[in-house]
Amino acid sequence: MNLVQAIAGRVLPTTVVGLILLFLIFPIVVVMVVSFSSATYLTFPPPAFDLRWYKAYFGNEDWLRPTWLSIWVAAAVVILSTLLGTLAALGIARLPPALRVVASGLILSPLIVPVIVVAIGIYYAFSRYGLVGTPVALVLAHTCLAVPFVVTSVSASLSGIDPRLQQASLSLGATPIGTFFQVTLPLIRPGVLVGALFAFITSFDELVVSLFLSGSGAVTLPRRMWDDLRFAIDPTIAAVSTLTIVLTVALMGCAHLLRKRAT
Amino acid sequence: MAVSRPFAASFAWQRTVPYLLAAPLLIFMLVFYALPVLSMLMRSFFNPGLTLSNYTSLPDDVVFIKVFWNTLYTSIIVTLGTLLLGYPVALALVRTRRLAPLILIVIMLPFWTSVLVRSYAWMVLMGRHGLINEAMMAAGFLDRPMRLLNTPLATQIAMVHILLPYMILPIANALRQIDPSLARAASGLGATPLGTFRQVILPLSMPGVAAGTLLVFVLALGFYITPAMVGGPREITLSMLIAQQVDQLNWSYAACLSAVLLATALVIIGAAQRLPGIGNAFKMSAR
Repeated sequence: MNLVQAIAGRVLPTTVVGLILLFLIFPIVVVMVVSFSSATYLTFPPPAFDLRWYKAYFGNEDWLRPTWLSIWVAAAVVILSTLLGTLAALGIARLPPALRVVASGLILSPLIVPVIVVAIGIYYAFSRYGLVGTPVALVLAHTCLAVPFVVTSVSASLSGIDPRLQQASLSLGATPIGTFFQVTLPLIRPGVLVGALFAFITSFDELVVSLFLSGSGAVTLPRRMWDDLRFAIDPTIAAVSTLTIVLTVALMGCAHLLRKRAT
Repeated sequence: MAVSRPFAASFAWQRTVPYLLAAPLLIFMLVFYALPVLSMLMRSFFNPGLTLSNYTSLPDDVVFIKVFWNTLYTSIIVTLGTLLLGYPVALALVRTRRLAPLILIVIMLPFWTSVLVRSYAWMVLMGRHGLINEAMMAAGFLDRPMRLLNTPLATQIAMVHILLPYMILPIANALRQIDPSLARAASGLGATPLGTFRQVILPLSMPGVAAGTLLVFVLALGFYITPAMVGGPREITLSMLIAQQVDQLNWSYAACLSAVLLATALVIIGAAQRLPGIGNAFKMSAR
């Protein structure tokens, strides 16, 4: 093999793919590095490393309050969407086919409908009942966005179950409820957990709906970041971003491993 | 033959169980999602009396036409960009054995990061004194910082970055399903590596390309956060125009624009349903 062939066959593709991968990862790395900068403005590479922006975040009630609100809202969304979504996935699997299409169409549609349409639709309805600016509104709206992930995840693990296991349990004298708790639930547990993790992240990261529903009374962390970005882009946001990257990547990594182990 | 009573009762009970399980979520979604969105969309037919004037005036609405084309144009550019950058990565992901986990991590790390944070990252990179300008000036390509942030190009680059995994993953999926013996057979029969790729691999990966293209295009249509943060002040998207109209309490116009945006997405998805491999495209939008 001559040199030209070697370059065309191996070196060039490797370089191209390497550059694209760099394009993917580089912005994330830059935000993480900038968050440890000692400079008061955004500059790269940082003149020196310092934890001042993390101290600024953890010492400021204006950042911590939205953080806790986001965590509580996401926790409520996890409970509500996992409960409703798991039950619905169990039910939908046994509905007549025509009804199954309609039901899953409704449940999965938030994946297709542009989020701005969902956001202003819910805002339009909720503002009439004085719900705007309350955490309850955020929980209800985020649950609608999170439910598709729970249902798809649970449905996927349900379809992987050998139906003979449930039949065996029933024929050996277990009640349907006993069969659910002792056979079905342990088998779909990874799917339920993955759905719950997705639900948490969906709510925790959500911004578009929160822009309309947060009002001034229920400011979430993404909403607080958005408001801050309009005035200044000091590195506090880089520190907050780094913390949320670490949190979401850890949770999504868990979901990824769970899903891999389940299949 | 008569069925004994308790058995019939339990049979009927068994048949209602699925409905009882699905009902809470379906009612929840109807009350807090479907009915609110539908009642908002209905506003587009009132101005203030029942009328179609919101829709009939759209073709002459200069702002709408400009924003609509800008939204379509951005989505097309971004889709082509992700296709161009995504295919080689998908191929590398499937071909390499040792580096595949590393490549997957590099794809998934940004994928799992929120759109807000990724858009912010591009603000940091593309600012007047951001990394790109500083590096280009240090290397002598530029004398003074060029305007990158708040341009259409900034939106396109950031959106390609955000949507790239949605293109890579379906293509990699399709590539993985190709029987490796086909490529061996082609080269055994005398095809060059490039010929094997063009005549065997590429056609067989088309369902993945179709799924990725549909996913990226439809998601790009609805983008709001990224163009609002890094895009130009004049080149707004349909989502941004909708938000603006809601802020001005122009509900019937905002509802009409929402209906147009939703219909555009649905028409494209509907048209794509004829293509192979599309069926589950949107289930893959799970991060």
